[in-house]
Amino acid sequence: MTRYLVRRIGQAIAVLFIVSMVVFAILHFLPGSPARAMLGIRATPAAIRQFNAANGYNRPLPVQYLLYLDRLAHGNLGFSYHYDQSVGSLLTLDLPKSALLVGASYVLSLIIAIPMGIVQALRRNSSLDHALTGFSFVGYAMPTFWLGILLLVGFSATLHLFPPEGPQGASVMAALGDPAGLVLPVATLTIVTVAQFSRFMRSSAIDVLLQDYIRTARAKGASRWQMVTHHVLRNSLLPIITLVGLSLPGVLSGAIVVEALFNYPGMGWLFWTAAGAHDFPVLMGFTIVVAAATVVGNLLADVAYAVADPRIRYQAS
Amino acid sequence: MTGEERVAAGPARTPVPQPAAGPVLADTADLALAPREGPRRGVWRQAASDFARNPVGVIGVATIVVMLLFSFVGPLFYHTDQVHPNLLEITQPPGARHPLGTDNVGYDVLGRLMVAGQSSLEVGLAAAVIAGLVGTFWGAVAGFAGGWVDSVMMRFVDALLAIPSLLLVLLLAAIVTPSILMVIMVLGAISWLTTARLVRGEVLVLRSLDYVRAAEGFGETPRQIVFRHIVRNVIGTVAVQVTFEVANAILLFSALSFLGLGPPPPAANWGGMLTDGLNYVFDGYWWLIYPAGLLIVMTVVAFNLAGDALRDVFEVRLRSR
Repeated sequence: MTRYLVRRIGQAIAVLFIVSMVVFAILHFLPGSPARAMLGIRATPAAIRQFNAANGYNRPLPVQYLLYLDRLAHGNLGFSYHYDQSVGSLLTLDLPKSALLVGASYVLSLIIAIPMGIVQALRRNSSLDHALTGFSFVGYAMPTFWLGILLLVGFSATLHLFPPEGPQGASVMAALGDPAGLVLPVATLTIVTVAQFSRFMRSSAIDVLLQDYIRTARAKGASRWQMVTHHVLRNSLLPIITLVGLSLPGVLSGAIVVEALFNYPGMGWLFWTAAGAHDFPVLMGFTIVVAAATVVGNLLADVAYAVADPRIRYQAS
Repeated sequence: MTGEERVAAGPARTPVPQPAAGPVLADTADLALAPREGPRRGVWRQAASDFARNPVGVIGVATIVVMLLFSFVGPLFYHTDQVHPNLLEITQPPGARHPLGTDNVGYDVLGRLMVAGQSSLEVGLAAAVIAGLVGTFWGAVAGFAGGWVDSVMMRFVDALLAIPSLLLVLLLAAIVTPSILMVIMVLGAISWLTTARLVRGEVLVLRSLDYVRAAEGFGETPRQIVFRHIVRNVIGTVAVQVTFEVANAILLFSALSFLGLGPPPPAANWGGMLTDGLNYVFDGYWWLIYPAGLLIVMTVVAFNLAGDALRDVFEVRLRSR
């Protein structure tokens, strides 16, 4: 177990290291130079030289990279020219709001997708199974923003049930204070995620149902309900642990679109406006943070899996 | 294939669990990689007839063909001006002159759907083919080289997979000037990662097989072995994955355009058309909201169905050995 952990953490550190190199490389392959990107096309050569000297862009690339790593290690993610704030402070403001959106969608998705997948597996090839499979197939193919627009048309424009805009407050508490505004953004992200999770859950539960221990349990007189709660649920949930870690980048992609569509001022919205304003420090800083979150999420998922499933532990060590 | 393998095999952004296809040949996609000699014809024909027996796959392929005809042949019969705005005829409801109405600058929506389909399909197909080629090469080299080369190459893949694809696309799109070619390059540059992982996994199995060992024994160079034996045997896996990547690329392209970072007007694509429609959600202009979205969903479902069927063909053929 220890050896597995050490190897897995080593890998995670290597991956984070490469992410930092990729992001650094993108910043330095900007057309023209970072100075041009920040100061605009009409910047004078003198202004560019001054900018380069002030920001260390006149030093050799390897030195710049080490300085960049040094800043990262000290939690300095850069300075937004567009918002005239440090990227770190923008992040502390907006990250919790995105976490609320993504977290709520994750919890709801799991609550819906797990029973849905198990029911599909138990009634495999029934008309219910086909209908739900059709739903997840279409849900998967549906662009997140189009689903959001459809919900807007249905529940906001036609039925007037929910506001068309996400909560506009600056803090998480303010966002929580407007639960009606959260409904459509969370619903959009949840439907897309359920479509994906339920497919995995279905195939995972089908695999479990074919195992010998299920037949043994049935032979020993376990009721259907006992069988599901004691054997199917526990064993088929194992792969879902990994899926939750792996799906984080996809869900965050969805969060960008949902926040842009519903004008919800979270991290995705900020990233989107920064992309439109060519505010590269924000784009870079957020990319690093999100990648780190994903790597750590995957690491935690793998560790949780190893804890939950002894086979993984023994194989690895 | 167990659920665990499926989860372990692919990242969340692939539409469906990963295939475990084996040494087989594709009947679509990646023709550039296809082997040329005669005796294999029979295998190809067999694969095609297996595929034809799968109704779901046939529906998928038929839908793709309809979409291609609609987008590329349609404008030859249905002439509309998709370059010059016509402010006298903005947001007209569907009628005799405009079967699907007009949008907010007076473009005929039906004609625009066709032109938009061209770029959406072009981007999806081209990005997926690029991704297939890059991914195959990367995975084959990593798997064959092994050791630290393999580790470094795969950690690179892990690193890019850790960044949400839409984030990467927005980042790159903010840097380059958006044009169809650039969007293809950007989407191709981030879509090869899963293919690389799958190919590497297969190469690890293949290189321990007897005939590859034998080829090594006969003194073939690593490059010959990769191109003659490895690449040919992973074509099935790659073809399936490329089909899924077309769907992913179309979705990503539509999201990119929806967020306003796609090619600027008068260039059209399905995602961009929905951005305009969003302004009229409360006006009930349904023809600006439903048709473009439906076309995206149908196309993406079609490619996913075709990919599923293609994988089934390969798995059936594996079982029959």
